[in-house]
Amino acid sequence: MADLFDAFASTGTVLAEHGSPVIELVGARKTYRTGSIEFEALRGIDLRIEQGEYVAIMGPSGSGKSTLMNIIGCLDTLTEGDYRLAGDDIAELDEIDLAQIRNLRIGFVFQQFHLLPALSAWRNVELPLMYRQVPVGERRARAAAALERVGLGDRVANRPGELSGGQQQRVAVARALVGEPDLLLADEPTGNLDSQSTADVLGLLDELHQQGRTIVLITHELEVAQHARRIVWVRDGLIQSDEVIDR
Amino acid sequence: MSWLETLRTGWSAVRSHGLRSALTVLGILIGIAAVILTVGLGLGTQKDVSAQISSLGSNLLIVTPGSSTGTDGVRGGFGSAATLTRADAEALASRTNAPDVSAVAPEKSTSASLEANDTNWTTTVTGTTADWLDVRSRELENGTFLTAADDTDRANVIVLGSETATELFGTTRVVGQSVTIGDDDYQVIGVLAAEGASGSEDLDDLALVPLSTASEQLVGGNARSSVSTIYVQAASTDQLSAANQETTTLLLNLHGITATDSADFTVSSQDALVSTATAVYRTLTVLLTGIAALSLLVGGIGVMNIMLVSVTERTREIGLRKALGAPPWAIRRQFLVEASVLGLAGGVIGAGLGIVAAHVLPGLLDTSIVVSGAAVAGSVVVAVGIGLVFGVYPATRAARLTPIDALRSE
Repeated sequence: MADLFDAFASTGTVLAEHGSPVIELVGARKTYRTGSIEFEALRGIDLRIEQGEYVAIMGPSGSGKSTLMNIIGCLDTLTEGDYRLAGDDIAELDEIDLAQIRNLRIGFVFQQFHLLPALSAWRNVELPLMYRQVPVGERRARAAAALERVGLGDRVANRPGELSGGQQQRVAVARALVGEPDLLLADEPTGNLDSQSTADVLGLLDELHQQGRTIVLITHELEVAQHARRIVWVRDGLIQSDEVIDR
Repeated sequence: MSWLETLRTGWSAVRSHGLRSALTVLGILIGIAAVILTVGLGLGTQKDVSAQISSLGSNLLIVTPGSSTGTDGVRGGFGSAATLTRADAEALASRTNAPDVSAVAPEKSTSASLEANDTNWTTTVTGTTADWLDVRSRELENGTFLTAADDTDRANVIVLGSETATELFGTTRVVGQSVTIGDDDYQVIGVLAAEGASGSEDLDDLALVPLSTASEQLVGGNARSSVSTIYVQAASTDQLSAANQETTTLLLNLHGITATDSADFTVSSQDALVSTATAVYRTLTVLLTGIAALSLLVGGIGVMNIMLVSVTERTREIGLRKALGAPPWAIRRQFLVEASVLGLAGGVIGAGLGIVAAHVLPGLLDTSIVVSGAAVAGSVVVAVGIGLVFGVYPATRAARLTPIDALRSE
């Protein structure tokens, strides 16, 4: 099983390094059915995000941006169209394969942090590695390095309840980074933070971008979105605009 | 995630809800302790009963008098008739009449007060013959037993049980001492080795005299030639039923009775006693174990209940783990392990409690409880099994949650 995971990981990384886009959506449609009522959340989206890009996806509620984020995050599959993540077609994978893909390719940062309150920062961060059979010693070292990277090297033993909101979100960023994913997917990462912590976390994302990470940020705040280099506006299940911000 | 880690995660989840887990474990624990105790009690009682019965001696047939019918046609109780005589016993002892019988010991008992050096002790004095020692599988601690000559001579000799000797003289080294019953002095010729109690009968508090002496000096009257019980020993276990047949036929002939139905005596064997007693106790044990098992079932439902609560409470955790790449089987395994940990804790603590109770209770209740290793190991396995079985539904529910819905739940 571990070998299989590794095989997946290496293939993916190699493909991404050779210039395939990290995200490639072609004619993406998602239809929800509730009884006889159909609702088209995505109505044909084409989107390419290259290696190393920092993209903000914006849109009002009901625009389909949450659905888009679920699709990009492999938490859900398309009704129609193609989705390639780091070169691999994953539009019609089953639950177990999706779990593998999420584990290997994607680092999530959520609005509510979603840290496990009973576990120390260290053990929270090592969770993704546990699901891919990394031996304890290596796991601990990588988790410690990730926490060091987000500036919490001295808080490894603290539980989430003993950390401020900003620190908790940094632990979550460390957890997203620890597995060396192709894509960092942040869903309203500053939605629950005060302005100082917001600045901290966004600063951290900026740094990660400068180091070559691919980041997709979902937000409804323009201030936050402006940290990205490219802003994609979604409305009524379609991409309304896609602009590169010049600095 | 390795098994060890899953186990550790399960343990910390169980521990993080201490009281709740403890109460759930209590349900299992009580059931397991109850099963171990009832099984132990059943085994202990069976052991007691067979020890009691086999202490009478193997290959043994017991002939007791039937009921008597008075001149007015009123039948007396079982054993009330004085239909068995010394002559019956002597006839049975003959190899020609009963070739499968190896030894015969008639008994004629009465309660009497024994006196020695101003000490008084009332016990059962039994008149019997030299074969008694062999037939009843007893041994002497010191001295000699009654002989055929003692019987012929109507000798005033007596063999004491160890307890009787101790009560009268303060020691069991009393061969050569004198005991007075009524007006007659008896010389102590032997003391029986201690045997312990058998039900209501104390096997160590008794006195034995030659049958002829008992008939003449202790009982007297019309009942002089009658005996209360005749113990018949078959030559071997295989010959027991043949010996039974011969005894019955011979006694029917001697008593001039043609119909087996109207026999004025009863022949019972050890086998029959053992199997009856065993059957009774087995039924009781099964019944009690069933009740204990029922309480285990209730404990199992408790586990399921708490696991369902746990799944609902931790929906977000499940969602997060799935988002981080936990496949459904990992989630299912995590909750199954948690449920098994509850079961295991209940099983181990319950087994411990059962073992402690099995050592404490016999002293208080005067029963024996045999803790069988198989019952203990079995109970712990069953407890873990109960955790697993009742954890399947909650765990499957957890595994089926979709990560999106689970993450969004409040």
